[in-house]
Amino acid sequence: MNAWPLLGVAVVVAGFAWRKNPVLVVVVAGLVSGIAARMSIGDLLALLGTSFVGNRVLLLFVLTLPVIGLLEHFGLRERAQAWIAGFRTLSLARLLIAYLAIRQIFSMLGLIDIAGHAQTVRPLIAPMSESAAERGLETQALDANESAKVRALAAATDNIGRFFGEDVFLAFGAVLLIQGFYEHQGIHLEPLAIALWALPTAISAFVIHAIRIQFFQRKLKRAHATTQTGAADVAR
Amino acid sequence: MLRVEHIYWLVGAFLLVAAAMNARERRWTSAAFWIVLSAPFLFGEAILHANAAGSRWPAQAMGVGVIALGVFAARGGLRTHPDANDAVERKASAQRLGNRLFVPALAIPLVTVLLVIGSKYLSVGGVALIDTAQTTLISLGVACLVALGVGLMTTHASFGRALGEGRRLLDTLGWAALLPMVLATLGSVFAATGVGDAIAAIVTAVIPADSRIACLATFALGMLVFTIIMGNAFAAFPVMMAGVGLPLLVVQHGANPAPLGAIGMLTGYCGTLLTPMAANFNIVPAVLLELPDQYGVIRAQLPTALVLLAVNFILMWVLVFR
Repeated sequence: MNAWPLLGVAVVVAGFAWRKNPVLVVVVAGLVSGIAARMSIGDLLALLGTSFVGNRVLLLFVLTLPVIGLLEHFGLRERAQAWIAGFRTLSLARLLIAYLAIRQIFSMLGLIDIAGHAQTVRPLIAPMSESAAERGLETQALDANESAKVRALAAATDNIGRFFGEDVFLAFGAVLLIQGFYEHQGIHLEPLAIALWALPTAISAFVIHAIRIQFFQRKLKRAHATTQTGAADVAR
Repeated sequence: MLRVEHIYWLVGAFLLVAAAMNARERRWTSAAFWIVLSAPFLFGEAILHANAAGSRWPAQAMGVGVIALGVFAARGGLRTHPDANDAVERKASAQRLGNRLFVPALAIPLVTVLLVIGSKYLSVGGVALIDTAQTTLISLGVACLVALGVGLMTTHASFGRALGEGRRLLDTLGWAALLPMVLATLGSVFAATGVGDAIAAIVTAVIPADSRIACLATFALGMLVFTIIMGNAFAAFPVMMAGVGLPLLVVQHGANPAPLGAIGMLTGYCGTLLTPMAANFNIVPAVLLELPDQYGVIRAQLPTALVLLAVNFILMWVLVFR
């Protein structure tokens, strides 16, 4: 066994740790692994090229950018914030937990790419979350750090909903990958048998993250309650 | 028939427009970056066909292109430009257009769903209008066009304005937009150069194979760590399954393969929540949402991922050995 290609892994770890430009780190890691495996330059370049082309589906989301950019230019985010501000009872926790549930259920039905960071989180869910969070506070306005945390939580909620829903969907790649792997080893399983075993984890993920969202909201409220009394103390 | 390739051409054309706009402003690095990146979309099928037919120079040229993209990204010539409308103008426009602004944004998921469901019935003379192998992706592409049309009608803006705004967001994303693609490429390179085999060999050399719980813990942690390193549970699964799951857990200890596979994969997903290597989920949104910390999304996911990891381990322990 040739252990030298592991150098590529080391390059990745070191590059990310030193916060070098991630694209460059990854390209260098690929080259290092290839050279360490004694591939010829021609083979390595062809491998890079065909793999790159084979993964181009991952950039498909840029097609959403013209319409999203246009709508943002005309005030989509401002409108989303104003709209959510109109609901006096919709708290941050209710908004995000509802989004988590919808995202998970849609993913289970195979509708994985209908939502996402570019399509729904940046234009809608993130500004809605900020506005819902702000409304629940005694002292007004989140500081920059808090509103960044709210946006990060919105993105995290999208990821968790997606990941732990999609595996329950029959025709999803992960299920087919598992089935294909076993089939290759002479173990025959129906995709449905595999997909159903993803349900306990899917339910656990929903419960765990929903509780965390509740905790986040409570902490935010408490922080703003104490800053108010703190300010009052100083004034006195 | 509408194939996913047609949608890719659309992506390529948009990237070329972005390049042209940058070139007009003499931002040469950005222009070159988007031009090179348009190649896999405009010529992707041709490159793969040529390579399969034995003509390797197009694929090799693309490989050189990947290296060039890495260099352009590191040169940092990619910059953001502010929205031409300031906050006050946007607020006024938001008030004027009201909830009509939501219609095009919601049209993207809605039209996608309708097309996915309806694609079975869309056919002319027995030939499906939408390639059934890639229904969701093609539907998403068409939905973006429909939404753009609706958006232009709602805002009375010109098509050029929409391209300009799209290009503004694209430049804001910059190299982060590209990262998922190069990471997936690295996954393929790791697989082809035997990185997976090397790690599996090391893992099996150090664990006590006759302890059930040690094997299961190695499998779970292996899925987690591998996914964190490679950024993708799909890449970790075959390695850990071939190294630990199948020979030790299924064959030696009689584990039930269905729950082991399903929950094992989801244990890898906990790793996906924790790694900057899964850039499209963890780094791209941090840039999109203008977070000050590029690991902000990962931080928000960390507690959920760790608790879920423990739950997954318990689930496997209970369900797999029944």
